[in-house]
This record gives sequence, structure tokens and C-alpha cells, in this order.
Amino acid sequence: MAEIKNILFAGVGGQGIILASKILAAGLINAGYDVKMSEVHGMAQRGGSVTTQVRYGEKVYSPIIGKGQADLLVSFESMEAMRWLDYMNPKGKVVVNDHELWSAPILMGSAEYPEGILDAIRERAETVVIKAGEIAAELGNPRTMNVVLVGTLIKAMGLEGLDWETVIRDTVKPQFVEINLKALKAGMDQVKG
Amino acid sequence: MKTFMTGNEAVARGAFEAGVVYASAYPGTPSTEILENTAQYPEIISEWAPNEKVALEAVLGASIAGGRALAAMKHVGVNVAADPLMTISYTGVTGGLVLISADDPGCHSSQNEQDNRILAKFAKIACIEPSDSQECLDYMKAAYEISEQFDVAVMMRMTTRVCHSKSLVEVGERVEKDLIPYVKRPEKYIAAPAHAKKLHPVVEAKLVEMEKFSNETPLNRIEWADKKVGIVTSGVAYQYAKEVFGENASFLKLGFTNPLPMDKIRDFASQVETLYVVEELEPFMEEQIKAAGINCVGKELIPNVGELNPDIIAKSLLGEVRPLLDIPQDKLVGRPPTLCAGCPHRGFFYALKKKKNVMVTGDIGCYTLGASEPLNTTDTVIDMGASISMGHGAQRVLDKAGKGMKVVSVIGDSTFFHSGITSLIDVVYNRGNTVNVILDNRITGMTGHQENPGSGYTLTGQKVKEIEIDKVVRALGVELVINVNPLDLDAVTKALDAALAYEGPSVIITRWPCVLKKFSPEDIKEFGEKKPVCYVVEEECRGCRLCNKTGCPAIVFDKTKKKSYIDPNACVGCEVCLQVCPFKAIKKAGE
Repeated sequence: MAEIKNILFAGVGGQGIILASKILAAGLINAGYDVKMSEVHGMAQRGGSVTTQVRYGEKVYSPIIGKGQADLLVSFESMEAMRWLDYMNPKGKVVVNDHELWSAPILMGSAEYPEGILDAIRERAETVVIKAGEIAAELGNPRTMNVVLVGTLIKAMGLEGLDWETVIRDTVKPQFVEINLKALKAGMDQVKG
Repeated sequence: MKTFMTGNEAVARGAFEAGVVYASAYPGTPSTEILENTAQYPEIISEWAPNEKVALEAVLGASIAGGRALAAMKHVGVNVAADPLMTISYTGVTGGLVLISADDPGCHSSQNEQDNRILAKFAKIACIEPSDSQECLDYMKAAYEISEQFDVAVMMRMTTRVCHSKSLVEVGERVEKDLIPYVKRPEKYIAAPAHAKKLHPVVEAKLVEMEKFSNETPLNRIEWADKKVGIVTSGVAYQYAKEVFGENASFLKLGFTNPLPMDKIRDFASQVETLYVVEELEPFMEEQIKAAGINCVGKELIPNVGELNPDIIAKSLLGEVRPLLDIPQDKLVGRPPTLCAGCPHRGFFYALKKKKNVMVTGDIGCYTLGASEPLNTTDTVIDMGASISMGHGAQRVLDKAGKGMKVVSVIGDSTFFHSGITSLIDVVYNRGNTVNVILDNRITGMTGHQENPGSGYTLTGQKVKEIEIDKVVRALGVELVINVNPLDLDAVTKALDAALAYEGPSVIITRWPCVLKKFSPEDIKEFGEKKPVCYVVEEECRGCRLCNKTGCPAIVFDKTKKKSYIDPNACVGCEVCLQVCPFKAIKKAGE
């Protein structure tokens, strides 16, 4: 528990990365970890690239990390995983949602969404690619995509033993508890072992 | 039981526990959530002020009347409030007075990254710097004690990472403070020259007393460990340095940074081999320490530009370089912020872009994005309210140049109330000749939807009289005032034509709610319910991409088909693209 772990969430404003970070942080706090979480507000939310960071261990000082320090990068969008790759510890893991959101220059036709992003990430780091949106849709609620991703990151970090059911019950409205628990489990099942 | 809180939430909790009775602020990232959270405590009267100067003055009034009071603002807001601030140091306070300055190293959401500890020193007031959420709460309570003990305003200087990071906080109970009975004291509170001359030496004496306090207070603490390296640090920089050095250095962690505890620093310095000063932005502490004749190393190694983090400190002081994964640049396209799909500003800027020989002075808000691709209309953005006053000065010189160039000044509703009104008075009074556009989206948009004097509601959701911009500008003497729906491109174009042709000051008010705003009952009555989305009739689209030139993120251009497509999940049916399409290929759903 002495060692501090760093998780970087990346995505696009509106994808639910803050809620996902809060779920993770709540589970870690309930388990007795010291936790710090950092988010950026303001102009970036207007369709821009957004990140949050969650750090946990016995005693955490800094709320943020610099480049080369993330043990896990969980990206809700494919190109955003690439954008933040230099924040990864090269020995860390990437969980990336196979999901493209076109940014303004691509929408306007002045740039193209890069091809082969996922392969380029795989070449550089240990990577789990999941289709969280499809998994969530199959479960019956596409909006649980972020919780599917939380499930995957929990397993990737070896945190599946913590009491996530309580966190979900504390976080979402009663009628959404079951679907979110299913989403969490489906996300965990994406990581073998 | 500990609670996971942002620094801003903890500040509000600290104000509550300290017995604060009045709080005022103008919203600004990263400070905004402080007042949104004090408003959750019915014991604290919490109000949005039209600007930071007004907020600080209201808070000073509350203090003089005998209550503990809180003003909160972003760093550049303190510039606006600097006028009362510089004299509050002379008058002092009655009830404790704390000013939160939320600085933004790294310019996450700001036009500069000024270090307001320097303003605290300039104003001769106390400065404290919390480094995490627990300290935000604890230091608030300490700040009110300091404020009343020394009869001084206290600046609590926070930074983005203190405001917006969450950590565990032990909360306490509110301690009610009896209001201090009001007594008339003209020699203290009328800062006329005769009094001010007498008050200045009092201020200097207070600073001497506060320096003694600074040397003694547990807010400035030493953490002894290895004495080869000693680190003097404050604010979140302490957390970064502690992360890097841990037990491999001794720390002098300063929570009270104006006046600095120079005796304590000297004593600490004498016991370590190398003294580093680790601080974000300016060498505020370092310069004073060096001036006191104490050897230290700071900005020679640590950057004074941008935000720090543990990695930068490790690299600067220890030469540690981490291996990084490379990012192939051909796999990356920028993701700049954009005006939302359905944003009412889009229609206005699209129409404005067509006007030739105009200079566009802009202002602070979401509409700053009118400067970005593909709208590219705005020429300048400096500070709140500057669009109108800068535009006036620019027009004077452009008239002298004689090439017929006209200025269009563009400002939002909340920014107009903040400090655009006085700028417009300048234009009217001096018989200026600019076109002044007030983009009234019925809310303070960029900071996340705070009410303002024009929205008809207060911070706590109370329904109040809406201050009507149309009536305000007519009362100031503007004779050409045009109200227009910014989503109606023809109407906007006609309004601009009329205003540009007019000799004298004119105002165009574009009135349509922010697309993200939760409509009030009045909004629904005025603007109607949700509209049907738009779609592209594929066979009629010629791929001219004019619709893309509006920069709407709901419109996708398919390069293989050479056709545009509208994402029905993103479109809100604003109809701007429908008006732009020269081939009438865009239709409303249901038509």
C-alpha cells in the first residue's frame, strides 16, 4: 500500500469522465486509501480535450502527476489516448475505448481522423482495447459506457476485490443500480485473468 | 468521518464553521464554486455581485457593520477589486474579512498567470496559502482569527490545483460569532487625507506585529529530516516538493506568507547545507529571502512560467529525466474548444464575418471563441469590459487614418453588467461612433451558468427584477438600439448594416439563451420549447461545405461522399446551417 498509484482519465467534455473518476475515488476511499483527484474546469469543457487524475496510496501529496508517471491511462476516446500517451509510465497500461469522436478540424474536413491509432498505442504500451459503448448498449443503456470503462480499469489495476457494489449504490439513483452493476462487471470481464 | 472535497468546497465549509454571515463574489474559474457552496449554508447570505470591486466593497461593508465576511474571485478579479483593496489595508476591518484570490498558473482558463501574493504584499495585508483541501478549511478558520486579531484583511491565495483537486477533509461544527455592535468610527473608516496620513504608520506597525506572528504561528512549520537539503515552500508547491523529496530533505512549509517569517527562515537556512525555494510562478519568497542576505536557490533552476508539478521539480533540482513514450504526430489532430452546437453566438459571428473593413474588439466569455477557426472574426481580447472602451479608442485612431474602417465591439451580458456599462458611457459621453453588440445569452455561460443581474434570478434561485439591457443602454443615451434574434442571419445582417451606416454610438442586443441553459419558465414563454433537428437531404447536397464554415460541431463533412451530414444527437435545431445552405439541402425534421 506504500506505493502510490496514478490513474489518468482522458476524454472529451461530456463523456462522463468526472463521474467515472468519482466512482473510482469513492471505492478507494472506502477501502482506506489516501486519495487525491484533480480536474480542470472552464473553457476546456466546450468540446475540448479533458482529463482527470486519481492518485492513491498510503499517503498522497501531490494532486497531479507530470509526464511519464501514469500507471494506467484510461481513455474514453481513441485519439485522446494518443494525446496523453507521454503521461504514461512506459511500463504502465492503457485501457482505451474503441470510439472515435471527431474534433472540430476533422468535422470541418480540414484534417482527417488518423488511421491506425489503436495499433500505434499497442506498439508502445500494454493495451486493453474495449468497445465500451457497444457493451453498454447491449446491456440496455448506452449511458453506462463510462461505468463499463471503470470496470475495465478496476480489473486492470487489480482492484476488483474492493466493495464496488456499495459505491454504485451510493452514487447512482436506485432504478439504475442494477444496470450499472452489470456494466461494471461487463467492464471487468474485458480483462483476462 | 472524512469527506472528499475540492478546495473550493472546503473553503465554503471553512467559512461556515468560522461563523461567516455574508459572502459575495463574481464568478470566475477557478473560484466560482466557492460561492455556489456557501450558498448551500442558510447561515451565510451569499450573493453574486456584478463585479469583483463591488463584491469586495459589499464584503467590507458587512465587516464594518460587524459580521465576518468573505469575498471570492479569480486572480484577475483582484485587479478589478484593487481600488478598495489598497485602502482596506489602511482602514482595517471590524468583523473578520477574507479575500480569496484563486490564481491560475498555467492559464487553464485565464488571460494571464499573475501571482497575487505580490498584490497582498503591495496592499500590505496578510497572505495565507493552503496546499490541500483540509488546509483550505483549517486556514479559513485561522484567517478570521488573524483578521480580527490584527485588524487586517487576509488574502487567501489559492491556485487551480488547490481549488479543483479533491482530498479528504475532517469537517467540524459551526461556531456562531456574535455580531460586533456597530460604532461610528470616522477616524478609521473615512480614508480622507487627514485620516489616511495617520493610518499609514498604523499599517506599518501592524506589519511588524504580523511578522512576529508569522515567526511564531504553526501555519509556518518545520519538518526536519535529512539536513543536506532544506526546502522553503508554500501552497501546492509544497505537495509537489514533498512528493519528490519525501524524507530526503527538511521542509519549512509556509502557510502564512505575508509578511514572511524571516527569522524562522534564517534559522532554518542556518541548519541545512543547501536551501531551495520552491514556489509556483514568481520568486515572491525567494527575492525577499535573498534581500535578507540568506543564500538560496530558486528560479535559477525552477521555471517561473507555467504550472509546476512533481516531475518539473524532480527534473529542475535533481536532474531526473523520466523515459517517455513517443507520440507519433501523424496520429494526432488538435481538439480545440468550440462553440456548442446550437450556440446563439454562432449565427451572430457568421453574419459579422461577412462584413468587410471592420475591426472587432472582443471580450471575456464563451464568445472569445469567435476568434477561433472557422469564424475568425475577433481582433482583440484583453479584459472584462475592454471590448467597448478599446473599440472606442481604436475608432478614434481609425477615423484619423481615414480609410473608413469601423469598429464592432462584442461583449456578453454578464460582462456588460461587470464593466461594459462604464465603457459604453465613455462612448456615448464622448460622442463615439462604434457598433456595440451585447450577446445576451440569458446567463453567465463560460463559468458554468451563474445567474446575473439580467437573468432575473439570484445565486440562491430567488426570482428578482430583471435588469433589462435594452432599457439600460437607452437610459445611457444610445439612440440606435436594435434587438435581434442571433439565430436569424438576415435579421443580424440587417442590424449590422444599419448600425455600421449610422453616425454615432449604436447598440445591437442579440437575445437568445445559451444552448446548455436550463430554461426558466420565463425563457420557455419567450423562446419556446425544444425545436426539431435539421437534416441534410443527401441528393440535394453539392458538398460546398458552407455549412461547415459555421463551425457547428453537429455537422460532419463526409470526404468520400463529398456530402455534409448532421448528427441528430448533437443538433438542437438552431437552423443557422439551414439558412447558410445555398442549395436548400438542409431541412427541418418533420418537413
